[in-house]
Amino acid sequence: MTIIIRNAAFNPWQEIQHYQDGVTGYGATNIFIGTMRDFNDGDTVKAMTLEHYEGMTEKQLAKIVEQASQQWAVLDALIVHRVGDILPNEPIVLVSVWTTHRGDAFDACRFIMEALKSHAPFWKKELLITDEERWVTHNTDGYQSK
Amino acid sequence: MTIKVRYFASLKDSLGRSDDCVTDTGSLSVHDVWQRLNAAQALPTNVLVAVNMDYVTLDTIVKDGDEVAFFPPVTGG
Repeated sequence: MTIIIRNAAFNPWQEIQHYQDGVTGYGATNIFIGTMRDFNDGDTVKAMTLEHYEGMTEKQLAKIVEQASQQWAVLDALIVHRVGDILPNEPIVLVSVWTTHRGDAFDACRFIMEALKSHAPFWKKELLITDEERWVTHNTDGYQSK
Repeated sequence: MTIKVRYFASLKDSLGRSDDCVTDTGSLSVHDVWQRLNAAQALPTNVLVAVNMDYVTLDTIVKDGDEVAFFPPVTGG
């Protein structure tokens, strides 16, 4: 299990490929990648800054992975999360879970991602096209209404 | 006892500082720590609090050397 906080852009596919070389015995891999959008709440967003509470972030993410491992048969997990200045289309977060069977991979990855959204101490500040800065005050439920 | 206090994100901006220090000889809860430092400003209702990087409730009693953190709802991912 590895947790990485990055202050520069990363390629999630390279991270997965590199990390997976050290994982054995898996039959399922579930991946979530969150990418910065150039819009939010009806406004155009041209950049974002991600603040975090160093130390607590890593501690809480380790707890979350431990909770997932108690509930599902997780062989290994990788979390990479950006901090600092971020531009649209850059990946913000990668969660990858390796298991023997698909059910554990799907469920554990979803659990880790949702727990990260509610418990990992990161905060987004958006820079709008108008040069106004604003803190993101809450997470959505993760769905777009149709 | 000495308690280190930290603020993050919009709460840090509204207070105009990122950290504080409390020195006291009595028993203090996390909420008491806030009131000692920010008596003029009500604790935001949606604030999250941590002691030594674990989430706690406002009635948690702090001890010498603890690090207390106050911050708004998290928005990572």
